[in-house]
Amino acid sequence: MKKFLLILAIVALLLGCDNKIPLKLATTTSTENSGLLEYLLPEFETDTKIKVDVIAVGTGKAIKLGENGDVDVILVHARGAENKFVTDGFGVNRRDVMHNDFVIIGVKNDVAKIMKAQNATEALQKIAFAKAEFISRGDDSGTHKKEKNLWKNTGILPTGKWYKEIGQGMGATINMANELAGYTITDRGTYIAMQDKITLKILFDGDVGLLNPYGIIAVNPQKHPNVNYKSAMKFINWLTSEKAQKMINQFQKNGKQLFYADAIK
Amino acid sequence: MINSFNKAFFLLFSQNKEVLFIVLTSLKLTISSVIIASIFSIPLGIILHLKNFRFKRGIVSFLHSLMALPTVVIGLLVYTMLSNNGILGNSRILFTPLAIIIGQSILAFPLIASMVYAGLSKLDSRFFETLKTLGANQRNIFKATIKEAKFIILSAILAGFGRVIGEVGVSMMLGGNIRFYTRTITTAIALETSKGAFELGLTLGLILMIIALSINFILHLWVKND
Repeated sequence: MKKFLLILAIVALLLGCDNKIPLKLATTTSTENSGLLEYLLPEFETDTKIKVDVIAVGTGKAIKLGENGDVDVILVHARGAENKFVTDGFGVNRRDVMHNDFVIIGVKNDVAKIMKAQNATEALQKIAFAKAEFISRGDDSGTHKKEKNLWKNTGILPTGKWYKEIGQGMGATINMANELAGYTITDRGTYIAMQDKITLKILFDGDVGLLNPYGIIAVNPQKHPNVNYKSAMKFINWLTSEKAQKMINQFQKNGKQLFYADAIK
Repeated sequence: MINSFNKAFFLLFSQNKEVLFIVLTSLKLTISSVIIASIFSIPLGIILHLKNFRFKRGIVSFLHSLMALPTVVIGLLVYTMLSNNGILGNSRILFTPLAIIIGQSILAFPLIASMVYAGLSKLDSRFFETLKTLGANQRNIFKATIKEAKFIILSAILAGFGRVIGEVGVSMMLGGNIRFYTRTITTAIALETSKGAFELGLTLGLILMIIALSINFILHLWVKND
């Protein structure tokens, strides 16, 4: 019996651990939900024989995971927080990867008249003045950080019944905006993925202030010696290589390009 | 992690405005839901015990199985009704405290009714026979049952309270976790964990535990002293 249990334990151990240590990538829900990673990672895995485990969370949590050394590399979109992550010594070798953009969506009749706005700041000001319902992610994600920055530019501190911070993901936020006939700000990819199920339309886009750059950062091996730094660097090099950058530009959903490569100009 | 615990304890006693608001919202919503559910479910439990009619056993089993209804399913069903395309879409109730109360009342209803019914059937059957031989009419029997079974009813209500205050599916789907409006203890914990910020989550978890434990403790004391 003892022998049997011992064998069982060994088998379980062998099954449990792959002899290749996978690379742990913390990234935002937007890259995962858009299908970009599913499209890129198999190619990386055949090129390098490194398996990638994706942990898709909000940018805030992705950075926290990096700070704790729970992951090897992070791919996020929140430039301010990314820079802080590097200057605080948690991350090294930050590289620009790509960008997509944010859009402001709302009901077609556009009660706040943001379609006439010159820039994103003005669009938000119009929403605030009209006290039109606005749904905010409120979850410390990259999109939420972006939104807070935009509000900062308006000089308005959004509070009141019209401004709803819901602390949920992009999909849930768009759904609530759709139900309440309110405005919200979303990355274009998530909107395109959901546009068949909702009545909201893109009312404002195209402003430079709405660009959303993604950066990739390796977790500092001097801070956390147990991280898989070599694989992390291989992934960063691959993602910024000519081949991967070309693939990013070619990636489409519903016939529309979602991400624009930035590493090679 | 230990640091998080320290901060959590600090937050617990710091009378943080946001924490207080969240806890009060949870209590208000839970108490309202349990009261509404009780108004319907306690009489139902008593009637099921006192009366004999066709389908009675079917109804009892049905109520009993409804106790296992997952909160997300209740949330989903009520959501589809309150949504813009739903039959009550024009009511504009979705993502308000009222929506949570509706969902939570549905959640507590079968639990309270079943517990009242099950508790009453443990009462001495001679009690009801004596009442009948003394010439009590239906109303008197109903009243006497409530009096005799007050602890059974109370424990059913508190069980309902415990179930409702700890649920997250209904509150999240129907309330939408809106800050300073429909954010409850459980939805706030879910949010804080997803942000990777454990302090506030732990504080709220502690409060939730204290509420749940003290309710069970009080209940236990009462039943013992009876």
